[in-house]
Amino acid sequence: MKKDKAFVMAAAALLFFDVTALTQQRRPRSDEPIEVVFARVPEKAHVKRNPLEDDPEAAAAGRKLFEQHCAECHGEAADGSMRGPSLRDGGVQQGTPGEIFWILTNGVVRRGMPGWSKLPEPQRWQIVTFLRGASRSTDETGANHPIRRP
Amino acid sequence: MNRTLLKALDYHRGEVSGLTAVAGSAVFGLARGGLLALFALGFFAPQALAQESPYIVTYDHHLEEPGNLEVEYFSSFGKQRGANDFHSYWMEFEYGATAWWTTEFYLDGQTTFHDSTLFTGFRWENRFRPFRDEHFINPLIYIEYENISDADKIIKEVEGHDVESDHADSNAVLRKVHNHELEFKLILSKDFKGWNFAVNPLATKNLSPSNPWEFGYAAGISRPLALKASANRCTFCRENLIAGVELYGGLGDTQSFGLHETSHYLAPAVAWNLPSGWTFRLSPGLGLNNNSHRLLLRWGLSREFSGFGEIVRSLFGGQS
Repeated sequence: MKKDKAFVMAAAALLFFDVTALTQQRRPRSDEPIEVVFARVPEKAHVKRNPLEDDPEAAAAGRKLFEQHCAECHGEAADGSMRGPSLRDGGVQQGTPGEIFWILTNGVVRRGMPGWSKLPEPQRWQIVTFLRGASRSTDETGANHPIRRP
Repeated sequence: MNRTLLKALDYHRGEVSGLTAVAGSAVFGLARGGLLALFALGFFAPQALAQESPYIVTYDHHLEEPGNLEVEYFSSFGKQRGANDFHSYWMEFEYGATAWWTTEFYLDGQTTFHDSTLFTGFRWENRFRPFRDEHFINPLIYIEYENISDADKIIKEVEGHDVESDHADSNAVLRKVHNHELEFKLILSKDFKGWNFAVNPLATKNLSPSNPWEFGYAAGISRPLALKASANRCTFCRENLIAGVELYGGLGDTQSFGLHETSHYLAPAVAWNLPSGWTFRLSPGLGLNNNSHRLLLRWGLSREFSGFGEIVRSLFGGQS
């Protein structure tokens, strides 16, 4: 009898878990002006240099990391989805490597983007290198086509 | 314990193990079914590469990504002096409700060799991130409700005067005592040059009024074997392997705070994050004093499902 009661309570708790968790998850807003996000970046982070800027493999590794961790929200081509904004538009591209690194590290928690400090710092710089390369490719063509493999 | 009492206890064990065998096999089937379902889902669900820490007891400050569900299965093999060894297991359903709130549901069970198999209860855990940005040390608030019996042996945390001999009675005796507990942890964690340092002081209150607050701790340190990612997708890259070590134990209770009559463990741990989205963890825990199990060999398998929340919402006609 006690066993049945435990099972019923477990089922009720699981249902409560599902309902509360699912109703709490809000759709992230992709319409927040990027300037508002950049305004939070501390001064010393603006000027931080990308230590992997000249690493020829960094962009390729960054692309792999982007596909593994970021593409599900920002799209395979980094051009945005229902869950996250485009990273190829003018606003993001105007950010310095240091600013993009800071946002990647801290996330935009209240808008649904988690911080990615769980990735080691060199891996976050690899993603920044990839995103900067992607933005350059957009500048050259002027089109928002899928990111080319480096 | 005198000979007559031992005889009576043996008789009792024999009688009840028969009764629990049916329920036990159902629980074992459930665990096996859960593991199989995890494998089956893994092949069809959207992939999300997990970057999981190797910790099994300690928590760091990294939460589940919003909308993702991580399904985890863990096993612990425990050596038990003076009684039968055991195999405990649990399923975890970890969901990123928001970027600042992760909620988890656990189902626990155990098999004590030459005794029986039992469902031992459930837990509902929540972790909240109070600050939006990274800080020098990052705190998380952890609150958990536990509805478990004394037969629960997953040893997901050590608290108060938890000692090895608590698990020496038969399942028939242990399952009679049911506990409703609230557990609070302060998760303090920092990432520095690829290393993660985490400390979790904890306090637990059994909701029956006569029980005191119990205290414990867990601490861990870990690091990926390589900090830079390689350019190609690979299974055996060093960056996919994270190694670490955990230390955890009890600190007594409000009536007798300290290390007296407490157990402590040191556990090297490794996590292997596969590109397919699976994570495998292994951790042999070594008891540090005579109150501890000599060995707690743990392993776990987990799979992260991306966009789970949206899939469920769309099933029920909500907007995705």
